[in-house]
Amino acid sequence: MAIARTGMSPKTWASRTWWAVSSACLVAVVGILFSIFAFVLARGLPAFKWSLFTTVTTGTAGGLLNAIVGTFSLVAIGLVFVTFVGLGTAIWTVEFAPPWAKRLIRFMVDVLAGVPSIVVGYFLYVALVEEAGWGFSLLAGALALAIFMLPYVVRAADVALSNVPRTLREGAVALGARPAMVVFSIDFPWALPGILTGLLVAVGIGLGETAPLIYTAGWSNYMPTLAPTHSPVGYLTYVIWTYISQPFSESHRLAYAAAALLMIFIFATNLLARSFVEYKTNRSR
Amino acid sequence: MASMDIRAGGTANAVSPAALQRTGSQTILAVLTGLAAVASFAIIFLMLFFLLAYAYPAIRFNGIDFFTNSIWNIGNQYGSGTITRNGFTAQPGASFGALVFIFGTLITGALAMLVAVPLSLMVALSLVYTVPKSIRPIANALVELMAGVPSVVYGVWGLVVLVPWIGTKLAPWVTGHFGFIPFLGGAAGSGNGLAASVFILALMVIPIMVATTRDVILAQSNSLFEASMAVGSTSWQAMTRVVLPSVRNGIAASVLLAFGRALGETMAVLMVCGAAINTYPQNIFSPINTIASVIVSQLESALTDASGMAQRSLAELACALFLITLIINVIARAVMRGADRREGRAA
Repeated sequence: MAIARTGMSPKTWASRTWWAVSSACLVAVVGILFSIFAFVLARGLPAFKWSLFTTVTTGTAGGLLNAIVGTFSLVAIGLVFVTFVGLGTAIWTVEFAPPWAKRLIRFMVDVLAGVPSIVVGYFLYVALVEEAGWGFSLLAGALALAIFMLPYVVRAADVALSNVPRTLREGAVALGARPAMVVFSIDFPWALPGILTGLLVAVGIGLGETAPLIYTAGWSNYMPTLAPTHSPVGYLTYVIWTYISQPFSESHRLAYAAAALLMIFIFATNLLARSFVEYKTNRSR
Repeated sequence: MASMDIRAGGTANAVSPAALQRTGSQTILAVLTGLAAVASFAIIFLMLFFLLAYAYPAIRFNGIDFFTNSIWNIGNQYGSGTITRNGFTAQPGASFGALVFIFGTLITGALAMLVAVPLSLMVALSLVYTVPKSIRPIANALVELMAGVPSVVYGVWGLVVLVPWIGTKLAPWVTGHFGFIPFLGGAAGSGNGLAASVFILALMVIPIMVATTRDVILAQSNSLFEASMAVGSTSWQAMTRVVLPSVRNGIAASVLLAFGRALGETMAVLMVCGAAINTYPQNIFSPINTIASVIVSQLESALTDASGMAQRSLAELACALFLITLIINVIARAVMRGADRREGRAA
């Protein structure tokens, strides 16, 4: 016990060493991931120029206008689908479903969240692009994104709606509010930050997806038309994936610029989503 | 952020207004939202139905060979005659064996978890215990931002930075010095291959696993840790021998979910795996391929198959991947429910 009195025991040394190792792991992982961001931004930001946002891609060069507009159209249309289906599912699960249906829906949503993105993409390729004859199109791509975004929206809305204080709802019912009114004037305003967070997280996911779009949206050098079918659509992740393996430095610049742009969009979306979470926690405190 | 929502739901309201009153607007709302619920429910069944129906000719044509044969060959478009098996035809010379891809999927996923699990545990412990309270929100935000980076961005970094580094530095050094160890010797290769895929996959699942592991540790009450410290453990012993074992089911579930994610990952692996066809890796630097990446990389050539059997076999691959990830996810959810019950959280 002499050691214990004069300094730290071997046990304490072991503990300190292990904590140091775990901190080193944290630093290493954060360092590597940070170097990835830094790498993409360092290559992408210098490639930003005005023509990137005003011209379309031409073969292996040009701008990104078609891809930017395409990505946002796909995500926006997917978001419309997912808002209706996702919120509807969550409302039904929380308000109307019998307990067994609640469990079943939550289980299926979890299963859907685990389906690999390429499986979703190939499913819609078979069902819509081939069998339904839509060809590569805006609608097929947006539906692929919607399926992929759905679990995030349902879960967030489910949690947000389930956490509406019971006393508030009972008070409303006691004052004579109709059930639909309870949903729209009590549940929704209360759950809104949580629901918005879920929608924004879904947007972030949708912006970065590639695999479900390759065989549903296709690719086009031209500006997306408003045609829902028979007209392929360009998107940013496709530029990143294909242009990085072209042998031309101009294509590489486009790929890095697209990657940097996408990261900025996604980070902005995530920060916005976090700000809703913080708003919610501040309010409920 | 998604990680926070894993234990969805919970407190079902005992008094639902729906139970108290049935009116017109009520019925309309119930029907409309019910339809939405059915839609999201139906997606999974439609997905399975369409893929299986489309793959049916391939399932009959390939038979059990699909799981035992290692040769993927769409056959010769210009060859004479066609092959017919069980009433379904393919191009001459066609053979659709998926064993190489199934093996590749499982080995990359398993090795990635071997790297990612200890690292994630260490990082999560450090986040919970050693990171000062003042910078913890920033660290947490960083972890969640990392989980949101698109896989194609990881792929770009892998292709431009990681693969050349493995090909010119790491692989020659390892094969040169440690070549006597099995699977470390032999050809160093170009850098595209198993090692690069495993590294990228590990990086991609670490943020997800750190976030979930951190959440289950934080959800465990402090009293276990404090009690353990009070009877003379060091903080490390208290954490790893008392707190961690008490949440092991939650951690196991998060590992399984991350494994499922790794198996289905497409773009990043596609960009660094070397797209091996018909060969098994000789060492950790050999090219490999996974089910997800082969579906993307082979579809274009499959479209040239006039008999359509190649496309249908890709659908069979998609079904196989779907089933593998489905099984893993179902096990993960079951483990997680068990964990919630045992560890005293609302299931």
